[in-house]
Amino acid sequence: MNLTLKVWRQKDKNDEGRFIEYSAKNISPDMSFLEMLDIVNIDLVKKGETPIVFDHDCREGICGSCGMMINGRAHGPGRGIATCQLHMRSFADDDEIVIEPWRAKSFPVLKDLMVDRTSFERIMRSGGYTSAKTGGIPDGNSILVPKPVADEAFDAAACIGCGACVAACPNSSAMLFVSAKVSQLALLPQGQAERETRVQRMVAQMDEEKFGSCSNTYACEAECPKGISVVHIARLNREYITAQL
Amino acid sequence: MNPFFKFINSSVGKKILMSLTGMLLSIFLVEHLAGNLLLLKNDSGEAFNAYAKFMGGNPIVRTMEIGLLGIILLHIFNGIRLWLENRGARDKKYDSYQLSENTTLQSRMMKLSAALFLWFLIVHMRTFWFHARILGEHDIASLVYSTFQQLWYVVFYLGSLVVVGFHLRHGFQSAFQTLGLRTKKYQSLIDFIAVLFWFVIPAGFAFITIFIYLYKGNAVALAQ
Repeated sequence: MNLTLKVWRQKDKNDEGRFIEYSAKNISPDMSFLEMLDIVNIDLVKKGETPIVFDHDCREGICGSCGMMINGRAHGPGRGIATCQLHMRSFADDDEIVIEPWRAKSFPVLKDLMVDRTSFERIMRSGGYTSAKTGGIPDGNSILVPKPVADEAFDAAACIGCGACVAACPNSSAMLFVSAKVSQLALLPQGQAERETRVQRMVAQMDEEKFGSCSNTYACEAECPKGISVVHIARLNREYITAQL
Repeated sequence: MNPFFKFINSSVGKKILMSLTGMLLSIFLVEHLAGNLLLLKNDSGEAFNAYAKFMGGNPIVRTMEIGLLGIILLHIFNGIRLWLENRGARDKKYDSYQLSENTTLQSRMMKLSAALFLWFLIVHMRTFWFHARILGEHDIASLVYSTFQQLWYVVFYLGSLVVVGFHLRHGFQSAFQTLGLRTKKYQSLIDFIAVLFWFVIPAGFAFITIFIYLYKGNAVALAQ
């Protein structure tokens, strides 16, 4: 496969940035999108140019490091995949592919396609924890969790914090991410101690980070590599309302 | 800060304000349609005029009318605030952004449908409400009948009702999602009730408009 890439290049936080065109030649359709970028980068290094910087780590869709806007879609075309799980067979020969970083005020671009997602870390720090008893190890199965509840909590816990929800949202809202965390801990008995303060603090931190407000377009759910459902957003709203009472 | 203001100024609180005001306005549409049905009666508008007189004279209804205006203004200004803040949350726009692949047309058109809705509302109130409440005219039914003999007016109304339907298509289910009520269990029930609001009610208004255009020409001629 031969492709034309239109890639966002930005030296650092303060650089204005611009699109630069590259051609990717002899790409195997079985390569992942990141492997394709690796090939392009090898060529760039050979030519003495700076390679395209992008976040990546596990390359099997579980770490949440990689993420870029590919042809206007978070993690590119396809459902339920991170950029590392996107294969070049999803594109046609001679396609032009536009590659941009996540765009949100709360995710400033650090370099090229790499964005600063520490705003997510700060939201987690504000309430994404549970009180744990120190001392002896509790007996196995001493805390009973009904299976449907455990399943629902696990669905929320599948969030890898990649930021695709923010990137895909027309309002750059972080509601799907925050709701996944609030929902997971609100469902489980271990999360009850901080149940009310958690939702209030995490929403307050989310607002302080200047993420937009949710307008229920559900673009986040469609682009989430882990298929996190917007029912968790409904649960966050419910938790937030009851926490006021 | 006062806990209420803290709540209402949070991202979730602003959405809840949007949701509650939107729901109240939707309920008003039910009353409005019920009243308008009187226009279909074959009594030269007598029943409708009696209803209009009651609505204009009853102090409780007049107070509710002021409340309604307040709710409309809250809905509009809170919406503008959310729009501006949300726009600011993305400082640099995407070069390529395929939002249409993941969202409904109605959800993307909320701001446009809101603006058109407001324009319609102003024209609508100038045409009827202004005559009834400000000029104090009594035969509102005849005013309605004669107004809808003009084809361009009928077309404008029908177009506006499509806009109303569009706005409610996204807005109605959105209001329930914001209140946390759109759970897996109630999703289908809410979507069913939503059809009444985004389709049946606007279609009801449209039916009355077309009915008057087609069959109430005689009433106008008789009155003259």
